[in-house]
Amino acid sequence: MSIIASIATGQAVGGIGIVRLSGEGCIDLADRVFACASGNKLSDSAGYRAHYGSVSDGSEWQDEAVAIVYRAPKSYTGEDVVELCCHGGPAVTRMALRACIEQGAQPAAPGEYTRRAFENGKLSLAQAEAVMSIISAEGRQAALAAQAAHDGRLNRRIDAIAQQLIDLSVRIAAWCDYPDEEEIPEVTDKQLTDGLSDVLNQLVTLRREGETGKLLREGVDTVICGKPNVGKSTLMNLLSGCERSIVTDIPGTTRDVVEEQIRLDDCVLRISDTAGLHDTSDQVEKIGVERTWRRLSECALVLAVFDGSKELDDDDRKLIDSLSDKPTIAVVNKSDQQQKIDIEYISNKIQHTVYTSALKGDGLAQLTAAIMDVTQLAGLDPSAGMIINERQCDCVRRAAEAVEEALNAACAGVTFDAVGVSIQYAIDCLLELTGERASDRIVDGVFAQFCVGK
Amino acid sequence: MEYRADNFDVAVIGAGHAGIEAALAASRLGCRTAIFTINMDAVGNLPCNPAIGGTAKGHLVFEIDALGGEMGRAADYATIQSRMLNMSKGPAVQSLRAQVDRRRYSEYMKHALELQENLYLKQAEICALRKCGDGWELVTRLGAVHQSKCVIIASGTFLGGKIFVGDVNYEGGPDGMFAATSLTSSLRELGITLRRFKTGTPARVLRSSIDTTNLECQEGDEIVTPFACDTVTPPENVAVCHVSWTNERTKQVILDNLHRSPLYGGDIEGVGPRYCPSIEDKIVRFAEKKRHQCFIEPCGLNTEEMYLQGISSSLPEDVQIALYRTMDGLADVHIMRPAYAIEYDCVDPQELRLTLEFKAHPGLYGAGQFNGSSGYEEAAAQGLVAGVNAALKIKGDEEFILKRSESYIGTLIDDLVTKGVTDPYRMMTSRSEYRLLLRQDNAEERLTEKGYSIGLVSQGQYDAYLERKTAKYAEIERIRKTVFSPTQELNDILVSRETTPVTTGVHMDDLLRRPQVDYACLAAVDAQRPELPMKIWKQAETEIKYEGYIKRELAAVAEMKRLEEKKLPESTDYSTIVGLRLEAVEKLNRVRPENIGQASRISGVSPADISVLLIWLTKQERSQ
Repeated sequence: MSIIASIATGQAVGGIGIVRLSGEGCIDLADRVFACASGNKLSDSAGYRAHYGSVSDGSEWQDEAVAIVYRAPKSYTGEDVVELCCHGGPAVTRMALRACIEQGAQPAAPGEYTRRAFENGKLSLAQAEAVMSIISAEGRQAALAAQAAHDGRLNRRIDAIAQQLIDLSVRIAAWCDYPDEEEIPEVTDKQLTDGLSDVLNQLVTLRREGETGKLLREGVDTVICGKPNVGKSTLMNLLSGCERSIVTDIPGTTRDVVEEQIRLDDCVLRISDTAGLHDTSDQVEKIGVERTWRRLSECALVLAVFDGSKELDDDDRKLIDSLSDKPTIAVVNKSDQQQKIDIEYISNKIQHTVYTSALKGDGLAQLTAAIMDVTQLAGLDPSAGMIINERQCDCVRRAAEAVEEALNAACAGVTFDAVGVSIQYAIDCLLELTGERASDRIVDGVFAQFCVGK
Repeated sequence: MEYRADNFDVAVIGAGHAGIEAALAASRLGCRTAIFTINMDAVGNLPCNPAIGGTAKGHLVFEIDALGGEMGRAADYATIQSRMLNMSKGPAVQSLRAQVDRRRYSEYMKHALELQENLYLKQAEICALRKCGDGWELVTRLGAVHQSKCVIIASGTFLGGKIFVGDVNYEGGPDGMFAATSLTSSLRELGITLRRFKTGTPARVLRSSIDTTNLECQEGDEIVTPFACDTVTPPENVAVCHVSWTNERTKQVILDNLHRSPLYGGDIEGVGPRYCPSIEDKIVRFAEKKRHQCFIEPCGLNTEEMYLQGISSSLPEDVQIALYRTMDGLADVHIMRPAYAIEYDCVDPQELRLTLEFKAHPGLYGAGQFNGSSGYEEAAAQGLVAGVNAALKIKGDEEFILKRSESYIGTLIDDLVTKGVTDPYRMMTSRSEYRLLLRQDNAEERLTEKGYSIGLVSQGQYDAYLERKTAKYAEIERIRKTVFSPTQELNDILVSRETTPVTTGVHMDDLLRRPQVDYACLAAVDAQRPELPMKIWKQAETEIKYEGYIKRELAAVAEMKRLEEKKLPESTDYSTIVGLRLEAVEKLNRVRPENIGQASRISGVSPADISVLLIWLTKQERSQ
């Protein structure tokens, strides 16, 4: 197999950057771009050895680096591997990568390392997916969830659900296989519908947790909104701990959507501060307001900010009324001032209300707790095994639909031989998830999603 | 002394259900064919239950018929009672079963063989099988040496047959016939792996010694459905069956004498069928069950022998008498033929290809119990496929392999060849992942075309089928286009069926999809309905009613088809493929699957192995 090379550490600035080579002959190739300070050759090195030296591209450029040699099959891909640990930063690692490619390495295709590891029997399908998720995990909880999948906890959970369906399916099969004139194992509608309902609940829970888990990994898409000058930007800055939004007492200061990624406890919020919502004739502001409404329809969590020291007006009420279907927290700001706001109107429409003084920094803990609550992150135990990617989510979704179809059919009195078809399909979907039913679609689908590198 | 006898294209060893279909298929396709039977009175014998069909087995008979086989016609000819099983359970699992007059059945089959052009029926025990050039030599006990290009072994329970009744055991075939004792050793010399399976049969008892007064009587269907598509007059019900039960006393007799059973004493090494256990096996394995059912079935019209279905046994004769006499209505029962177990030699079907030809022995085929199956219908299905393939091979034509997605026959053979067997294999509807596609009622639509193109289905049968097919699709089309107004008459029907009345116009197909509504009940409001045979409108109804489920199964078929289109080269050495687990390498090298789909069904080959194979195949393709 050809020698592949890529930057293994992502494109951001960091302490070190790693260029990884894999494939037969890659150690010889590494000798052409890397010189050991000791004067030894990497090709003479045993596996699992690190060598200090310098990497260069034959021109004047060179950089201090450490080369780690792995000998097949004891490497991630199961092939010979060299990792060149250079100084971090996109420029240095790109130079090192280019040097390798000039010496004959091929740029690695997305997921190719893991694909090779998989082909060489180093990884199971489920492990391969979990590795990908670990790489992209953000936050401790997401890493835990990915770890759980790696350990097979998700597999065990799915297996248990599939087993319940298989048990039902087995009963139906027995019922079908024995002629009606014989004493047969009876299947009652109730046994069937109870069993299916139970499975459906579990699948729904799994999906919901998966959605929540997605919030963990990708961050919660959050919008701060409210009328002009109720303290949205101050709240944003309070949450993010730095002055990101321009704060003035002139209403309409934030004319565009300002985005920030912040961490609260275990949860990442991808938070957008928005232009204040009100009728305006200012053309620029008007565009900002329209954007705010659009963002509101797309986001996963809304922090609706109100000025507690003022009475609700039409703009406030319009906002409140439009949020009834969204996961929303009403943030009543300026709690340090005389309160005139109609709290009842808000709490009739929005379940969670917290009081803050963004200026003084009060109420942050309550707000954090409310966010965890609304997003259901609080009750989540990611180590129990969660679905972590779109493919898994799709399998669970299809399984849940088929179980629901079976349930409806059983309730409507459709004959069990047909009900069994839907149950079988649900089982297939779940086994597809755990990799117990391989199809070429799975393999192709999984690898197409891999990022370059591990 | 050996002497040179005859030359054939195809020679079939055994004239049971597998051998008959094999010989008829080969000779009908123009091959000069011989069929050897150890006893001329054993042709098409039913040494166990006097019935053809049953759950999933009925499906097989319909499929055999659609392909131009003989079993359905013989069954119709000999039927004395007919029942469509599982009428309330849905279209996928409805199966026809006919009680037949076993003499009449056998007589029909023997005569069919005798009348068949190109076919020579001979009474002879084949004692040796030898390779001879590109073909084979078959040596009879009397020293005749026949040559044949292809040989099909359909030896049933005769091969190395051994009878067990209590502590008595002796070499023997079914129904008191001789066993075939010599052939086994020449198969071993060919390197064929043989194993021992066993099966059993209950006693036959005298009708007049049964008191049916308190026994439930079971009659045939009011409307009889024949098996064969060209049976014009459906058979009539002229016999009844009765139902008896075992009880605590039966159980006690068996438990008291269990030590005298050869099964528990360890004399029998053969593995019995899980799905058809002896009564002593049932008592031990299902200890919590208080009683077991027994159907008392007539063996024919001109005999008083009755078959005690469900109570097969290998206990000693005196114990048999005692145990049968504990049962309802059997207090004074007179046994005419005692129950027995029979052990026999069979092959590991993983040594066969999907054509049923031995991988290691071109021109040699196996069919029926010899391949590790059980049951007349399973045997006949394999016989047909082996016979057709032997003929096609001689003609140099393309092989005949039925897919799992188009037939129970294909499922049966794929299961045998790909997964192998650990006990006698019985067909069941749950063996198929495409139950709603593989119905009895659409067997002819699935297979007639194939039977016709091979040359087994006559022009007449084919034309009649095309006519029915056209009529069915026309009716489906009409149903889809029919809209009913929300009349009082319609709503009265719907309410009487306990389903919601309608307030606007409604499509007939939408109504048919309601589980409570059927085609027949809408007759009064369906003014444009044409006069159609039940067979046709029933099928139209089923296909509309279960459309959603059928679509789901069709999607699964398409998915599997993609895997089956990924061909694995026959020369593949799986031990060179990096990443395959050791067990998978061993299994794959043994089974040598034709494609990824087949590989995925081999036990011991995990999905991860399949992923490795898929990636390996992709790599192969890329490097070419």
